[in-house]
Amino acid sequence: MEIKTTEFKRCTVIKTSGRIDGSNAQELAQALKAITSKGVYKIVFDMSEVNFVASAGWWVLIDTQKTCKPSGELVLVKVDKGIKDSLNLVGMGSYFRTYDDVTSAVGDF
Amino acid sequence: MSTKRFTCSLKNLEEICDYVTHCANAAGLDESEVYAVQLAVDEASTNIMEHGYGRECPNRIDITCEILDDGLKVVIYDDADPFDPELVPDPEINVSLDDVKPRGLGIFFMRKMMDEVQYEATPEKGNTLTMIKRHAR
Repeated sequence: MEIKTTEFKRCTVIKTSGRIDGSNAQELAQALKAITSKGVYKIVFDMSEVNFVASAGWWVLIDTQKTCKPSGELVLVKVDKGIKDSLNLVGMGSYFRTYDDVTSAVGDF
Repeated sequence: MSTKRFTCSLKNLEEICDYVTHCANAAGLDESEVYAVQLAVDEASTNIMEHGYGRECPNRIDITCEILDDGLKVVIYDDADPFDPELVPDPEINVSLDDVKPRGLGIFFMRKMMDEVQYEATPEKGNTLTMIKRHAR
């Protein structure tokens, strides 16, 4: 799993592609932990190239959100419709704010 | 009807997904219905690999796709210890972020995304998980 992180003045953007499932969710967890362990709690997750998120992936994102709040927040960008619908279906869509593009998400921090 | 056999490795989840995606497209499911099948089968397979088989890898995970008049039937056979997903309670939903607990989400996805989820364990056949996704139209 290739994970790219870009540090901005007010937040960090993280991006990966493809699937987030039981085989690789821990890699994402480590990458996010590397960010929060530096005291950065404002994180933008660019999901424009992510096409699948299983429950293992959601728990990583939910755990990260718990770590980030209340001093910061993990927000999601360009979430595929199927992915977003699945999270809404289980009543967890409200845990994440979503944006249509990275610029708006970064600008909002 | 087609059947494909997979070994017990989380690395195979993508291949499993590709297989059921092919089936779901052949059954004429739309994009969101295909995603539902992908997610439900991924969660079921992950559960079999992580919970059903514990640390010992299995002899088989066989996945059969059957195209129905009104959708797709996916049957997953495995020979692990019996594990009935129907006995796993739903996670608490619509609770605050602080109160959400990491359990039961995968099975909850299966129930929510599919129209039918049925589990059966017999000494002859092992575990059989049958899931059906119907066309919305």
